[in-house]
Parts: sequence; structure tokens; C-alpha cells
Amino acid sequence: MTVSGAAEALRWEPSAEPRALKLRAALNAAIRGFFADRGVLEVETPLLQRSANPDPAIEPLAIAGGEGYLRTSPEFAQKRLLCAGSGPIYELGRVFRAGEAGRYHHPEFTMLEWYRPGFGLAELISEVADLINLSLRLAGAEDLPLVQVRYAELLEQHLGAAVPVDLAGLRQACVTLTSIDDVRAAALSEDECLDLLFTVAGEALPVDQLTFVTHFPVKQAALARIDPTDPTVALRFEAFAGGMELANGYDELRSAQELAGRFADDNRRRKAAGLRPLPIDQRLLAAQRSGLPACSGVSVGVDRLLMLIGGYEHLHQVLSLAEPEL
Amino acid sequence: MATYSTQEFKSGLKIILDGDPYTIVENEFVKPGKGQAFSRVRVRNLKTGRTVEKTFKSGDSVEAADIFEQTMQYLYTDGEFWHFMHPETFEQHAADAAAVGEAAKWLKEEDDCLIMLWNGAPLTVEPPNFSELKITETDPGVRGDTSGGGTKPATLETGAVVKVPLFVNEGEIVKVDTRSGEYVSRVKD
Repeated sequence: MTVSGAAEALRWEPSAEPRALKLRAALNAAIRGFFADRGVLEVETPLLQRSANPDPAIEPLAIAGGEGYLRTSPEFAQKRLLCAGSGPIYELGRVFRAGEAGRYHHPEFTMLEWYRPGFGLAELISEVADLINLSLRLAGAEDLPLVQVRYAELLEQHLGAAVPVDLAGLRQACVTLTSIDDVRAAALSEDECLDLLFTVAGEALPVDQLTFVTHFPVKQAALARIDPTDPTVALRFEAFAGGMELANGYDELRSAQELAGRFADDNRRRKAAGLRPLPIDQRLLAAQRSGLPACSGVSVGVDRLLMLIGGYEHLHQVLSLAEPEL
Repeated sequence: MATYSTQEFKSGLKIILDGDPYTIVENEFVKPGKGQAFSRVRVRNLKTGRTVEKTFKSGDSVEAADIFEQTMQYLYTDGEFWHFMHPETFEQHAADAAAVGEAAKWLKEEDDCLIMLWNGAPLTVEPPNFSELKITETDPGVRGDTSGGGTKPATLETGAVVKVPLFVNEGEIVKVDTRSGEYVSRVKD
């Protein structure tokens, strides 16, 4: 170990300044007040689970011995409560994702996730904007105006042209608009090209507004319902504050059969990418067979929300004790 | 061929891109919430010093550059190459003008330099931060003026030209900061 590495290993001081710790405490209290006022019940669900979300883009941390996983989101557990008739619920808790570390990522982070039976996406988008603006006011900042844009429109605005429909065109757009070189771009799949273009388009969104991106292509549906009026798009949104992604919401997929199909497809894609398939949450499938009420749900990255309202540049600055080595 | 995966990327890592050796200056992890992760890195070309940005898909591999740094003693130059000696193995390495670059004007025999070797051959030469060199040519000193104020150019034994205070004379030894090329002080024999 180098001298500086040894010094780093013994650095015990908090990564957040006292102001950031106080802001987090105040935000947690404000979030609880926000949902208490609206009659949304706070719940706690297990961090340790026997199954995992097979989404190939999210890697869970397996516990030693391989008997279980730390949750990557409280989504599946909360949906079982919804199936049991919980009514509107929220959870403010830790989630874990392997290999995610950077300015906007930390392998352990705080997620606020809530579900609203009877809400469509429009009502939920409005509620997410209310919560973000409440948080901004808490820190003495001004409300940000809400702007909505469709996924395809966002990419078109950034490309300055229609989104290419062929893979060669998408790869060329990646080379033109990002710092990937043509050899590496030639190895990207259609989804990967779209993810890269969406990333840079999101980063370039105007500051001083909350942008809600809607109408995601069906391949990017994740666990959202397909739009019954337009089968090419999913009822999903992502919220950005300036260029920072803050929230991801769905009009939730209710069909257990379709959910099982998407899980199986995820595991097929995991295998194709050289990742091990993950055990499916059979209890969630059983719960959804008994019936998930029509609902919309969203997760908000609380640490990023703190970065926004506190004016911090790095996630570590809002974590009491960040683990830079993880 | 040794390779590094993007998961191993961190500042200071030495890699090969398009046949040239690079060092990673900064590594940024970017990822949409539900999508493919990418590494966006700023890399500096160790030959040219130019910094560029590159994007890699997470999990991609790049060739590792066989680079290490070694302090070596400067021996002499034959006009085409500058010769250095490893302090323990006494092995000699010859660096060309491209590798020595700006360092050439600070190199004094027996000085310890930091040599970066790529595949065993010198890639860059870093002189000591401070070098003590004799003035071979400068205008006559202004006696009594030790307060500073004005400066004049002085040519050093290595050929470098630095600005020195007016009171410093030809034949004197001065300490120079090789990073800024600035005079630091007179060195009393």
C-alpha cells in the first residue's frame, strides 16, 4: 500500500459537513410530514431477500454464502403489501447496487419509493414535483418549473435530427455526440446506444427546471405498463433536476403473466451478457396473480435530492461516511 | 497481453489506446437508472501530453501499458541521446530528444531524474524539482543592490536561460525551480 493509500485507509472524518447532516435530518422529517399530510403510510420492508431483480443493468450484492441478496430496491416487497390491500405506502430506506460508484453513485444509497393506488402517471408526476419543490424550499431555494418531454423528443432535440431507426445510424450518433470511438461504438447494441444517447441528452437538460421525460420506448419499459393507446411506448417517466436524474416512475405492470415473461427475458439477457441468472421473486408473482391494484409508483434518489437542494457537487458530500474504496 | 477492465479504472492507471501509452486522469461512472453503465475517462497521452476524453462501455477491457517509473542518475549526452544509469543494477538507458523534451535544459551530470519507462525504454524524463547550476554568462552585477527589484537574463551551464536578480554574477551557482524555470536563490559555495 502506498503512503497516501495508508493515510486514506485511516481517514476517519465524515465525508459530509455538518450542514449536510442537518439538511438530511430536516429532509427526512419533511418527507415524512409530506406523506403524513397526504395519508400515505410509511412501511419498512426487508433489506435481505432470497431473490433479486434480474434486470441485467442492475447487479445485486450477494451476501456471503450465496443464500441471499441485499435489495436493489424495495419495489417487489412493497408491491406484495399493495396486493394485500395496504393502500398508498412509502418507504425511505437503504438499497444496494454492486459496482456503482462515482460522482452520482454509491453502492449503498437511500431511496424513497412510494406507490399510489388509483393514480395515473400525470398525478404522480405532479406529486413528485411537489416533493422536490418542498425539498428546495426547505433549503431556502426557489421552486423549479415542471417541464415534460417525450423520450423521442428529448433524443431528437439533442441529436438535432430524428432518432435513427437502424443500428448503424444509432452507433454513428454515439460516435458523433459522445467520446466513444467508432471501434467501441460498433460493439454496442441498440439498447446500449439508446442508453448512451439518453445519458448525454439528460446531462445536457437545462438547469433551473424539473424535466419529466415520458413515453419511453417499450424496450425500455422495465416494469411499466405499455400505453394502451400507443403500443410503441411504455407508461414510464424519469425526472431530472437540471442534468441530474432524480426519479424513475411507472404506471405499474399488473399482469403476473407478463411480469414473469419480462423476468425470464431479463435472465436470458443476463446469460447472453455473461452474467449469472438470478432467482426470481416467486412470492411477488404469486401476489400479482392474486391482484395488484391499478397504481403508479416512483423511486427518488434521496442523496441526489440532497445534492440538488444543498448545492453539492459529489454524492460523498451528502453521505455521513462515504466508502470511496467500495 | 495484460488488460484492465473499466471496473479497475482509476486515476493514474496506465493504458494503451490506439497504440499510444496514456494515463487516466479522471474516471467518471455514468449510468442511466435503468440502463447500461459507461465509463467516461479523461486520459493524458504520455507521449504528447495531450488530454482527451474517451467513453467505454462498463465491462470493456483495454490493454495495460507496461509502464513504471524509476529514479536514475543522469550520466551524459552524446548529442543524440541522453544516458541514464539505474542506481542498483547500473544498467544504462538512453533517452532520445522526444523523451527528454524540456528536461534537457536542466540536466546536470550526476543529478537524479525520474524516468518513466514504457516497455523498458525511457518515455519521459523528469529532472529534479530544484537544480543548482552555474551561470556561464550574464551582464555584470550591480554591486550593493541586494534588495531585488530588477532582473536580467542569465545563461546557465546547461544552456538554460533564466531571469536572475541584478546582483547575481557570472560564475556564481544559483538554485532554480525546474518546474517553473524560475530563479530561487544564490548557492554559497
